[in-house]
Amino acid sequence: MSQEPEASASDVTVPDALAPKDQSRARIDVSAVAAMAPQRVETSTVFECADVDVYYTDFRALRDVTLDVNSHEVTALIGPSGCGKTTFLRCFNRMNDLIEGARVEGTINYHGVDLYQDEVDPVEVRRRVGMVFQKPNPFPKSIYDNVAYGPRLAGVKRSEIDDVVEGSLTRAALWDEVKDRLKMSAYGLSGGQQQRLCIARAIAVQPDVVLMDEPCSALDPIATGRIEELIAELKTDYTIIIVTHNMQQAARISDMTAFFSVQANEMGQRTGELVEYAPTSLIFTNPDDPRTEAYITGRVG
Amino acid sequence: MSVLTTPAGIAADAADVLRRRPGADIAGAVFRWLLIGATVFATGFLGVLLAVMIVDGWDVLSGNLWYFLTNGFSQRSAAESGVSQGIIGSLQVALVTGVFAVPIGVATAIYLVEYAQDSRFARIVELNIRNLAGVPSIVYGLLGLAVFVQTIDRFTKGASVIAGGMTLAALVLPIIVITSVEALKAVPDSLREAAYGVGATKWEVLSRQVLPAALSTILTGTVLALARALGEAAPLILVGAATGFLSFGDANMFETFTGPYTALPVQIFNFARLPGADWGVNAAAASVVILVLVLAVNGLAIYLRNRFEKQW
Amino acid sequence: MSLTQDRPELTAADLQTSRSRRARSHTVRWLFMGAAAVTVLVSALIIWTVASEAWTYISQVELDKLTDIGWFPRRGLFDLSTLLVNTLQISVIAMLVAVPSGFGAAIYLSEYAHPRVRKVMKPTLELLASVPSVVLGVFAISFITPSILTNFFDDINYFNKLAAGIAVGLLVIPLIASIAEDSLRAVPLALREASAGLGARKVTTSIRVVLPAALSGLMAATIVGFSRAIGETMVVTIASGGGDTSLFNLSILESGGTLTSAMAALGLGTDQVAGNNLAFQSLYFLGALLFAITLVLNMLGDVIVRRLRNRY
Repeated sequence: MSQEPEASASDVTVPDALAPKDQSRARIDVSAVAAMAPQRVETSTVFECADVDVYYTDFRALRDVTLDVNSHEVTALIGPSGCGKTTFLRCFNRMNDLIEGARVEGTINYHGVDLYQDEVDPVEVRRRVGMVFQKPNPFPKSIYDNVAYGPRLAGVKRSEIDDVVEGSLTRAALWDEVKDRLKMSAYGLSGGQQQRLCIARAIAVQPDVVLMDEPCSALDPIATGRIEELIAELKTDYTIIIVTHNMQQAARISDMTAFFSVQANEMGQRTGELVEYAPTSLIFTNPDDPRTEAYITGRVG
Repeated sequence: MSVLTTPAGIAADAADVLRRRPGADIAGAVFRWLLIGATVFATGFLGVLLAVMIVDGWDVLSGNLWYFLTNGFSQRSAAESGVSQGIIGSLQVALVTGVFAVPIGVATAIYLVEYAQDSRFARIVELNIRNLAGVPSIVYGLLGLAVFVQTIDRFTKGASVIAGGMTLAALVLPIIVITSVEALKAVPDSLREAAYGVGATKWEVLSRQVLPAALSTILTGTVLALARALGEAAPLILVGAATGFLSFGDANMFETFTGPYTALPVQIFNFARLPGADWGVNAAAASVVILVLVLAVNGLAIYLRNRFEKQW
Repeated sequence: MSLTQDRPELTAADLQTSRSRRARSHTVRWLFMGAAAVTVLVSALIIWTVASEAWTYISQVELDKLTDIGWFPRRGLFDLSTLLVNTLQISVIAMLVAVPSGFGAAIYLSEYAHPRVRKVMKPTLELLASVPSVVLGVFAISFITPSILTNFFDDINYFNKLAAGIAVGLLVIPLIASIAEDSLRAVPLALREASAGLGARKVTTSIRVVLPAALSGLMAATIVGFSRAIGETMVVTIASGGGDTSLFNLSILESGGTLTSAMAALGLGTDQVAGNNLAFQSLYFLGALLFAITLVLNMLGDVIVRRLRNRY
């Protein structure tokens, strides 16, 4: 019964996830990172963030974040828990608006448009900037209706919905597994399938950006591997920003990495800040900041 | 005695137990049986109640139940009297109650859970609902009498089914709000976020995701609230159900809703007030009818809730 | 890093939802808020009508009529102490019935009962809460007095406060049991384990650890139950009598009107009493009194429950 870790690892092409813990913590597979990185097509800036602060009522959760996000790249946000990486992610589609007392200061430009000006409707922002959540959260409806929900809201014609559903599920590498049971409840799918369904649901409204908030944290290594493959494929069509607590994952899939850290003030309030933002290959091989190095080599966090 | 409230006291008690044989925990056994007795008393009287009513009302229930259910009140004799007016009146009143209380109650719950952030108005509404829930039912009768019967009589035509239904609507409103609030709060935020995440407006999130997910629980609460309304007599006495008799046969739909009426619990009250044993038989038989009605509706609601219980 | 734009310039206008979707979402918000405002309006109307009519009464009644030989509203004698004492007697009897049995059932269900027993008993208690109060009134005069109380008291009146109190108690049991059970279950398991870890018997843990920890919740259950007993109308009107006219007496074996049954009696004859000797306004005065008493009790209970909830 006992499975050889090496054998199963080669099966699913996610060696790091299944490799012995002590090794993977200490040593990052640089060759894998290098192989991933520089197939860069022509990119443009999707988001320009300048001096972004996020407050929850009086509490400052994040301060002075300045960074640009490029199109058709995977940008990873990493850092210890409580460092504000999820908070920052939720600024890009104004999801923080839903939290009572949350306030975003500074500017976030989306293709040159200030996201937080009065004329901008967060509903349309979220249509263009989709989101995949930490725990798979399909609607309690059929697989088909889950994917069709967004396009219906956006006014896609009834006759075209079938195609959109099929296209999105195919793109999310789920179509073959579910095409015979589209009318069945999404709750009958496995966790990994549910998360891919959520990805299909997100891309069904043809967004420009997909935000992912630790999308694999509730999944087993095999399902994680499939999602990671999917992310690499989706990059050609979408800009992806992903929060992850798994540094190997960031190293495997991202082009740029932003490392956040957290500092407590004299009153014990913990405020997150951006420590370093650089191409992933650099962050993991030659970080500028000693805090980044300490974190990725496993000495802190 | 008070030693036992301290850890040392409890430990001493435990040591005492160890010295005895394990089976000799007499105090524990007595306590346990007292509790079982209390529980049997608390729940068992429903059986006694039903049995007593069935026995007392047996003459009517065994002999001419159909006549009893399909004929109206007769001042001449108990034997000629039935409860059809009460049953129809109660159903009509419950209908009006539902029409007013359900939309307002559910909408208020939606406001409190989905819209009201921690505003002053929201706090007032919440406090207000909690207090309304504790107001004695007869006080709602005063509201009905002064406002629904007298002030807006051009709409209700005085002491009518509509006035009675509105009075009970005010009575069950807090129940519907409270159960609906709980139903909406039980819908996980991840569902809302998922819908917002694909670009839904607030109303779209509510109408297509949150409300469908909460619907079965809201329905259960509503059914329970209407069952409560079915059994209420006190407020209806003040708004004119006691002296009214349903005018049906010669009246059209609209007229019955604006005309005089009575309700089943009020009829039971009237039977119970009349002197003579044969009226007592009627009161008991009508009690069986209302118990069966109310318990059936409640049982249905509880069944529905257990059936559709969500495991988020 | 290239900065070439691969798509036409985006403007803020592109980041807007269609006007109709926005408008719909915006409009419904006001509908929900309006519904919430209606619930506040209900409270405001209750307070305003009750208070204004009560004020008419207070400003016109001769104060010495408020302390007289009894409650004879149509003769202009409004002895409040008669009604208040009867109300208090009946409510205290009700609590003597409901508290031991309600607490006993609550302790049994939360500490002792097998989950499967709990699963059956909880819905049964809820079902009991829906028994219409008129039925318990009938139960009191057709069973509690003739079949039980006459065995103990030879000279008991057909209408008497004792039977009314017992029946009100039966009615209040589910409410008390439910609040008490909630507060017992709010006691953290760790406390029980700490006690058991010292080797304490279950009875010791229940009485010395769990009950004291839940004390405020049990108090709240008692207060809210008491308030409910004071506001109960139909049982008292049917079983205790004396709502229309009542001579002051202290015997619980005699009949006697309460705040609520006096209101019901006045309400039954609203046509006759209107404009007669202030009797009509006295109805609202009693309502105001009842409203104030139950409001204070309920708020007290509410504060205690909330404090308990915040503790754990």
